[in-house]
Amino acid sequence: MSPPPPPVLSVSGLTSGYGEVPVVRDISIEVGASEIVTIIGPNGAGKSTVLKAIFGLLRTWDGQVQLDGTSITGLPPERLVRQGIGYVPQTENIFSSLTIRENLAIGGFTRATGLAERIDWVFALFPVLAERPNERASRLSGGQRQTLAIGRALMLEPRLLMLDEPSASLSPIMLQTVFENVVEINRRGTAILMVEQNARQALSISHRGYVLANGINRLTGPAADLLASDEVRRLYLGE
Amino acid sequence: MASTTATRQREAVDPSVRCGQWLNAWAPWIVILGLGGWAAVARTDQFVVGIIIGTLYALAAVGLTMIYGITNVPHFAHGDSMMMAAYLAFLVFAGAVLGAGDGDAVLPINVAMLPGATERIWEFSFGYGLILALVIGVLLMIPVYLAIDRVVYQRLARMGAGTAILAVASLGVAITIRGAMLMVWGPTSRRYTTGIRDTIQIPGLPRIVADQFFILVVAIGLTVAAYVVLYRTTLGTTMRAAADNPDLARASGIDTAVTRRWTWIIGGGLTAVAGILLALQSQLTPELGFVLLLPIFAAMILGGIGNPFGAFLGGLIVGVVGEVSVSLGIISPGYKTGVAFVVLIVVILFRPRGLFGAKA
Ligand SMILES: Nc1ncnc2c1ncn2[C@@H]1O[C@H](COP(=O)(O)OP(=O)(O)OP(=O)(O)O)[C@@H](O)[C@H]1O
Ligand SMILES: [Mg+2]
Repeated sequence: MSPPPPPVLSVSGLTSGYGEVPVVRDISIEVGASEIVTIIGPNGAGKSTVLKAIFGLLRTWDGQVQLDGTSITGLPPERLVRQGIGYVPQTENIFSSLTIRENLAIGGFTRATGLAERIDWVFALFPVLAERPNERASRLSGGQRQTLAIGRALMLEPRLLMLDEPSASLSPIMLQTVFENVVEINRRGTAILMVEQNARQALSISHRGYVLANGINRLTGPAADLLASDEVRRLYLGE
Repeated sequence: MASTTATRQREAVDPSVRCGQWLNAWAPWIVILGLGGWAAVARTDQFVVGIIIGTLYALAAVGLTMIYGITNVPHFAHGDSMMMAAYLAFLVFAGAVLGAGDGDAVLPINVAMLPGATERIWEFSFGYGLILALVIGVLLMIPVYLAIDRVVYQRLARMGAGTAILAVASLGVAITIRGAMLMVWGPTSRRYTTGIRDTIQIPGLPRIVADQFFILVVAIGLTVAAYVVLYRTTLGTTMRAAADNPDLARASGIDTAVTRRWTWIIGGGLTAVAGILLALQSQLTPELGFVLLLPIFAAMILGGIGNPFGAFLGGLIVGVVGEVSVSLGIISPGYKTGVAFVVLIVVILFRPRGLFGAKA
């Protein structure tokens, strides 16, 4: 019997923040290969902070972060993208003065080979981007921007894709599309760690979930259990 | 039902919205081409001089807009660094520095000593020696830019300095550079070449000084080269990406320290060339740098910060407006650069982000 494969991402005891005050404390998160994991929680709970700390945009004050069993604690973003993490920030997640094609080319900037093929791969996944590849990204609609942002992060074929509120401020139809895209990306072999305000829809496509409140892990479990939990329904699903 | 009505209403408004967008996109062009065309016909001589001066402003403004856009340094040392480059080229060319008593001390090695280095090429007032000095001067200036960035701006940026602090710091750099120039070369003005300046006749144009033709060709050639680098190469795309969204650039694996270095090399290089050409067109004085600052900043802001193409056009506009308005007798020559500010204020009133502001 071989031991089970290590999770793609394993965070234990993570503490981080801005300036002097820790914003998130003692956070532990695991994302298994081929899993979709969602972090939910109220505004200001520290969800974005967790992703930024994992991605090296904030200093890790305490705790460990491992990717496929190897420590990546404290590595800067430009190293982490090369190691297989894709990250889509909550805001300003595209280069608005660049064209669609240039956005994708920048996403695949560190590729040694196959840049054109990978751009075609993203175009095939998101045909809406292929319609006007030389359009400036600033001219795209909200949903198209979000699609481009995800496409950019997929350019390096990440093993883990981290999405910070991919459905924020989208129309219900676009929101549906974005979640369908997430499922499709996951089906093609990328593990997903996502932060979401639309907790119900996000949990319904996820395998597991974490509830964050005031910078600490309140609850964790299979997505279906969280959806069924009275506490979650009352506090975070507005029922 | 209600939603269909809403959709119809939006469609009904659509043509006028689209017309407004069209006007918004084309209005600057209509005004520029209209006024520029008029100036070219009615005030041809001043228009041509304005274009020549304008290409120099343009070259420096392209450098400035790259530096400001990518490193976030509002580079108030820009004009003085142009003069510094011009003096470095002067040092390479003539080897002259301020002596102890009267007159200069001349270094034993200089480019003008090379055989035939000062024999005039074509109708120009200079020989190949000056072109060599230009190239070496730029190559000497680039490490100066890189050193200043490392010692001053990068350090402040790491400490979390914002735009205002960087602006004041660059003002300090400007004063330091000017002081150094005064110490080494003194306050009196100098020239690369002294003899007569021949004029040439290009069909369809007024007679211009041959040196100015050289300036025009070099400035336009380098601007095109900069454009190609910025818009047609991977390096250029990463530079524009870093200017647009530095955090996301890092999240895409771009080493922003490298892009920053290239920005100083390319943007600083263009600026240095502009300074040397300007000194060739007029003269070298330590004070000129500060005077240059005004039209160059005006050119950059006119074009929209971070937009090289806009900065180039902004430079031409500032150059032409200055010359033509003097010729109209509206203002005395002393206020030439002031006119650029009037244009700037008018443009900013209507378009706060400049004619071609990148960010919506
Ligand atoms: N750049 C910053 N500097 C200082 N404090 C910050 C910064 N960004 C966020 N914070 C603080 O950290 C806390 C957590 O913010 P964070 O953005 O992680 O929350 P969030 O759960 O992502 O919320 P939201 O749902 O609004 O995106 C908040 O109290 C916020 O005020
Ligand atoms: Mg957030």
